[in-house]
Amino acid sequence: MGKGSVKAGGGSGLRREGRKEPLRRSMEEVLARYVSQKVSKTRWRPLPPAALQPPEVFATGSWDNEENKVSIWSVGDLGSLSSNGEYNAEPHLLCDIQHSGDVMDMQFLDQERIVAASSTGSVTVFRHHQNNQTLSVSQKWENAHFYDPSHGNAPCTGIVCNSPEIFTVGEDGRINVFTADRKEAVRTVDNADSSTLHAVTRLRTTEILTVNSIGQLKIWDFRQQGNEPSQIFSLTGERIPLHCVDRHPSQQHIVATGSQDGMLSIWDVRQGDIPVSLLNAHEAELWEVHFHPSNPDHLFTCSEDGTLWHWDASADVSERKSYLHTGGRSTTFLPQSQSVISAWLRNDPTREITNLISNPTLSVNSLDVLGSCLVYGTDAESIYVKKNFFA
Amino acid sequence: MEEVDEDPSVTLIPGVNSDKKQLCFAWGPGEMLMCETLFRSAENQDKSPGCPYVYIIRKDQDVYSQTLRKLFNESHGIFVGLQKDEKEKAGKSRTAQLVRVSKNYRSVIRACMEDSHQMAISTRDPAMHLHHSTQVSILSAMELIWNLCEIMFIEAAPAGPLLCHLLDWVRLHVCDVDNMVCEVLRNESPTKHENFWNVVTIFVLQGRMDEARQLLSKEANANPTSVNMCKILDELMKKMPVPSLNSIQTLTELELKWQHWHEECQRFLKDGTFASNPHMETLCKILLGDEKTILEKKDLMTTWYHFLVTRLLYCHPTVKHVELHVYAQSSLDLFLGGESSPEPLDSILLAAFEFDIHQVIKECSIALSNWWFVAHLTDLLDHCNLLQSHNLYFGSNMREYLLLEYASGLFSHHSLWQLAVDYFDHCPEYGRAYLEHHIERIPLDTERKALKVLRICEQRMMSEQVRSICKIMAMKAVRNNRLGSALSWSIRAKDAAFATLISDRFLKEYCERGTFSDLDLIDNLGPSMLLSDRLTFLGKYREFHRMYGEKQFFAAAKLLLMLMTARIAPCSFWMTLLTDALPLLEQKEVIFSADQTYELMKCLEDVTATESKKQKFQDDDAEMMKVEMLRLAMARNLAKAIVKEGTVEES
Repeated sequence: MGKGSVKAGGGSGLRREGRKEPLRRSMEEVLARYVSQKVSKTRWRPLPPAALQPPEVFATGSWDNEENKVSIWSVGDLGSLSSNGEYNAEPHLLCDIQHSGDVMDMQFLDQERIVAASSTGSVTVFRHHQNNQTLSVSQKWENAHFYDPSHGNAPCTGIVCNSPEIFTVGEDGRINVFTADRKEAVRTVDNADSSTLHAVTRLRTTEILTVNSIGQLKIWDFRQQGNEPSQIFSLTGERIPLHCVDRHPSQQHIVATGSQDGMLSIWDVRQGDIPVSLLNAHEAELWEVHFHPSNPDHLFTCSEDGTLWHWDASADVSERKSYLHTGGRSTTFLPQSQSVISAWLRNDPTREITNLISNPTLSVNSLDVLGSCLVYGTDAESIYVKKNFFA
Repeated sequence: MEEVDEDPSVTLIPGVNSDKKQLCFAWGPGEMLMCETLFRSAENQDKSPGCPYVYIIRKDQDVYSQTLRKLFNESHGIFVGLQKDEKEKAGKSRTAQLVRVSKNYRSVIRACMEDSHQMAISTRDPAMHLHHSTQVSILSAMELIWNLCEIMFIEAAPAGPLLCHLLDWVRLHVCDVDNMVCEVLRNESPTKHENFWNVVTIFVLQGRMDEARQLLSKEANANPTSVNMCKILDELMKKMPVPSLNSIQTLTELELKWQHWHEECQRFLKDGTFASNPHMETLCKILLGDEKTILEKKDLMTTWYHFLVTRLLYCHPTVKHVELHVYAQSSLDLFLGGESSPEPLDSILLAAFEFDIHQVIKECSIALSNWWFVAHLTDLLDHCNLLQSHNLYFGSNMREYLLLEYASGLFSHHSLWQLAVDYFDHCPEYGRAYLEHHIERIPLDTERKALKVLRICEQRMMSEQVRSICKIMAMKAVRNNRLGSALSWSIRAKDAAFATLISDRFLKEYCERGTFSDLDLIDNLGPSMLLSDRLTFLGKYREFHRMYGEKQFFAAAKLLLMLMTARIAPCSFWMTLLTDALPLLEQKEVIFSADQTYELMKCLEDVTATESKKQKFQDDDAEMMKVEMLRLAMARNLAKAIVKEGTVEES
């Protein structure tokens, strides 16, 4: 199988590359399960510090059902609750709990608590009791997001936990800050955005990033009292909605966003107000983008077009290094200077892309990656776990 | 109209007294609304409503089953795959491909069956247990029929291999024997077990010779007196010529060998070799294809189609497709022996043996409570080019008709509607019309869902639906006072009229409050500003304010004037614009040149001329004052400008 690659634009950041099909298809074993509900979110439970074993437990949220649920699953080989031995391989349900409205976003606050955003405008903290495998509501903010009081609730579209704080954004353009122990919001920015806020992530300790439906990326600094963003970045001119955002885990100035037309954008929030590179990727909405938490040269995106891509920016590092060893013409590239410039911002990097789904049908709404394990959920009412796919 | 095959079934609606015969209904896509029409006399009317409930009646009930959702979702993938690799291959590899698809469908049914089985076991509620058990038996019947259709229509194997497939089919679906074997083998001395000979007989009836011989060897070991008999019977079983899937022997060869073997069996039976052991004698008779003996073992076979296949194995091993129906009908008659009448499943299988595809599909449509089975089976058979000749007197062909029914059922489901889209896509005649009809009825609770629906429409160039969805979302946003969102939606729909409406709202808000809301949006309109004149004006007007705020007075003045002279600004707004010019005119520095001032003056006269026609100004002292102030400011500016321009030219 050949290698597919997409070249990123450097410098101007405006150059768009042609859409290229990833040619390499992944062949690894996938554990799948049909769950009789469309899956809107999948999230690994964080591993305890210094844990050596791979992640085993993840949570899913459903949408568009008459009764939606937050569910906890396990892919562990041991301690399986399934009575039938042969089902051990596929994810099995540990427990679930009803959730009013679609689960719009979800994140683990810690090992035991999960925060879920609802299309009804509420935000709920669920507690997972691991001793008897049950879920319960430990905190709930009804009407966290709403239009004018007379117009009812607005869907909450995104959350990010930055313990102890929980930031939420919604279609009402509002930003809320909660802490799990307080019934009242710590802080609220009404009309923070005139369009719909689609997602939120943490930038630095007191700063968060939001993306909206007119292609803007905004930085909010909560040390400041005003209700204005400290910085606005935007996709030039075309106002294509951004649906997701993730920040590089170690180099905090590097941010990736995914947009409605399936494009992946890489931004350097230290400079400029437009993306560093625009990478044509999927053929429909790019729903989620995630840097690998411990190996951030790897990035994952999933889309409405039913595909899930693994972007590997580390590939050319080894290539270049070997180039140096063989005494190639390029002597200006010193290994030290390379390690300083992130693989995502380098001027002309070759990125190896692998499509992890061979027969795409319905939308892949969510993915999460932790250690060597990947979990994703689709509108075809199925969840998939790939273990050890990532050496 | 064609005759109705079955009397329509009566559905009683709980809570409705149908004896009163006062019901009304309305068809919907996939569902039906019904209510009572008990009209009361006028004086009673306001006391209580005559018919307090409207009932929703669903046609395709199975769509709402939790376990079957897995079936729908998984088979959707197979269906889409099948439509994609359309007709790439021909001949044998094509057949192999279609058989593979058919097997995939069956394995999905099986998985679902196992799921239901697990549910039936694990539940404590007897009603649920019954529900799941019924589900299991329906699914297993579906798989049985599908498998036979696969053998008969898709695989269409020649004589010889045909029998192998039929044997596999029976072995797969009559599986009581496996439990019985385990039970027998667990016994300390298996040969003493009451079912020992039954198990051996079943193995023989199913043509599982190796297993039968293994058991027979146990009998030989345990019972020294019958060693000889066992040996002979074993030899006969071993020698039995059987057709195999991939052997090279010709049919004539097989027939010849079979004839020899048959004679040999006959000889042993005649000379009384097995006379001392009735069990073995029976087995020998079965080998000889003695129909009476086989039929006596009716209880071990449990079904007539098992009897049929056993009969074929020992009497007509080289049976061809076309001859099957003769044996099928007679096997059914013999097996039932006039004691009971055939059930729907029997007639479906019989129709399949008769090679009557349409009868199979018709009977399945009547007997099964869902459209899934017939829709997918018909589609697959259509890919085998077996249905071309058949057109219905209504709608399109049968494949499309069934797919549309199935997909409509899915679309009426709150969550499965997404699957239905792909089915409509592959209905060339009416699929699009159905999709257009259904997609507008999806409730749009969140923007994310709206985006998903929109994506479906955009991919299929359904511009009218795209417009309608965006309009719905824009209206919602306006109602919620989210003008920014509303504008985004109307820009996406390229809905100029609505963009104008929202722009007016923005301008009105500005006039009232003196500040703009949603600056982050208006400042970033970009090329979408050109969608409507009013939107262009809004964007440009805001640009003027930004320039003014940044003290770029010359550029701001030029833009302001241009908004009027190029007729971008609506006339009703000119007075506001002229008022905005006032501070620029009052600046120490000369901002407006003489020519520009003339133009400003002309604009002002235009406004006052049109306004005075409407007799508005005379009544409004404040407005009159404003006009006077403007005239004064302009005159002063003109004077300054002329002086300045004159000075500049001289120097």
